[in-house]
Amino acid sequence: MLSLPAFIPAWRRLWCSALWVGAWWVLTLPVQASVTVRDDGGREITLSQPAQRIVSLLPSLTETVCILGGCSRLVGVDRYSNWPASVQSFPRMGGGIDPNIEAIVAARPDVVLLAGSTRGADRLALSQLLGLPANEGLRVWRDIESTWIASAASVPKMMQGLRVYFEVSSIPYGAGPHSFIGETLTQLGLVNIISADMGPYPKINPEFVVRAQPDIIMLSDSPRSSLTQRPGWSAMQAVQKNRICVFNQADSEMLARAGPRLAEAAKRVAECLQRLARESR
Amino acid sequence: MMHAPKAWMWGLLLVSSLLLGLGCGVGSQGWEAAVPPWNTAVSQQILWDIRVPRNVGAWIGGALLGLSGAVAQGLFRNPLADPYLLGSSSGASLGLSLYLIAWGGSAISDASLGRLGLTGAAFLGAVLAVVMTLLLSRGLQQSLRLLLAGVVVGVVLGALSTLVALTDPTIWQTMQGFMLGSVVMIDQAACTLLGAVLLVCLILASAWSRVLDALYLGEDTARSLGMPLTSARWGLVAVMSLATGSAVAQMGLIAFIGLAAPHAIRSTVRATHAWLLILSALMGGVLLLASDILARLLWAPEELPVGVITSVLGGGYLLWRLQRSPQGVA
Repeated sequence: MLSLPAFIPAWRRLWCSALWVGAWWVLTLPVQASVTVRDDGGREITLSQPAQRIVSLLPSLTETVCILGGCSRLVGVDRYSNWPASVQSFPRMGGGIDPNIEAIVAARPDVVLLAGSTRGADRLALSQLLGLPANEGLRVWRDIESTWIASAASVPKMMQGLRVYFEVSSIPYGAGPHSFIGETLTQLGLVNIISADMGPYPKINPEFVVRAQPDIIMLSDSPRSSLTQRPGWSAMQAVQKNRICVFNQADSEMLARAGPRLAEAAKRVAECLQRLARESR
Repeated sequence: MMHAPKAWMWGLLLVSSLLLGLGCGVGSQGWEAAVPPWNTAVSQQILWDIRVPRNVGAWIGGALLGLSGAVAQGLFRNPLADPYLLGSSSGASLGLSLYLIAWGGSAISDASLGRLGLTGAAFLGAVLAVVMTLLLSRGLQQSLRLLLAGVVVGVVLGALSTLVALTDPTIWQTMQGFMLGSVVMIDQAACTLLGAVLLVCLILASAWSRVLDALYLGEDTARSLGMPLTSARWGLVAVMSLATGSAVAQMGLIAFIGLAAPHAIRSTVRATHAWLLILSALMGGVLLLASDILARLLWAPEELPVGVITSVLGGGYLLWRLQRSPQGVA
């Protein structure tokens, strides 16, 4: 069952950590500050009015801005942002690693949102930045929370404690318990076959999976080859009984992003677990 | 320091069999030959379906690259020639990236086509790249022209495949895995295929080995000796692209084996090409299998990409050669 205290730090660490405000883009307008936030770099940013022109360089931050109703204030996004659909027509300003500084400056944003340290800023900072009522962020958060609790509760009893292998890419890379995906799986009551000391996304020997005999296999990358065709994998119970969840690209992105759709992603996992439970009856 | 080629052959065969035995004892948990129970169904399946094909496949794939490199170095009379010289590696990447864009999103249902298609697309790309190089160089008469055409095709197709991959970030990981090379997913069928290709290539290359011996003395001398230069060149280029294309399609771009294996043999064994070709193939097999065992062992249960190990070993070897002979690598 979901326990909130354990779950909030992960959320804070991953979603809220990504707030970094590039102070040198802030327009030097007359004082009369109405918005002041502190970013993860510890700098205090003061805007004379709620941010009207925003550039986001991280998909999860784009999603967060949009779910808070600020989509229309985005003047540019990174090339990986693709949700909601409306952001796909926005000007692209490079990626998190290679932002197009010239395009960003030319867009004259009040504020640029990008990934930064791992320490958490106040999760309400973004809604303050948008000039929303003080409890707007909290309201959105409660929506996410209730979806999350419902998803966790909908996982069938017989699925609790089953051992899962989550494949991020067919090379193969797996998702360890300390990855964002892995935390979601743990919260839903599944046990990861990859141990924590192997890191968040280890490149593993396929033998390791066959040896571990997971009860369920989840694939975020649509497989380039059928699992039964991989040498030796047909020996696995999960493959023989087809206890496999394949997430399409959109769902996989949702699972991997520490954004406002994390509860929605958990719901997709729970739905697959329900299907597997029905099939095994 | 000269050694008898026959002694080298037996030595390399011995090392190969030792490595094969060793490799079958190295699994996802590191060294585990002595770990019971080896009689369970799962353990048997791990051993025979995963580990043995992987070891054998790595050896054969390495042998193909070693052979291909030896042919390239003999044909172009250049000790730094390697199997990817005629653009086959970039062609394979382009074939792979185009395939992934077109069919990469296919689900499990039509994946049987997927697997055949993936290796097939890479092989086709490799062969087409060589054909393109041959067209650009207008045949095989001038080695320099051929080399330049190979470089051009390699660079242009490489850039194209990067461009194709840029349009869809989801294929980056697969492409990256291909670029670093991997013998992880080699199964029995792939082993059989690679083995058959190796046999055919060895026989064909050996048949033309005397031409390579003659070429060593220069093109004019070879021609004056009455060697069938034109037909032999076409045949050897075909052998080279068949060997490289099959290896690349199954394993991705494994670096340095095709350069270092024949180079090491040439610089230590003085023999005719009939021997050099066989020894280079054996050396390639030994190098790649040893690298793969290291890749599995060093960080078990995690794996290193085998291409990283071959690059470090190959680079280290060339550096050592450079240090040893102040005149340069020859």
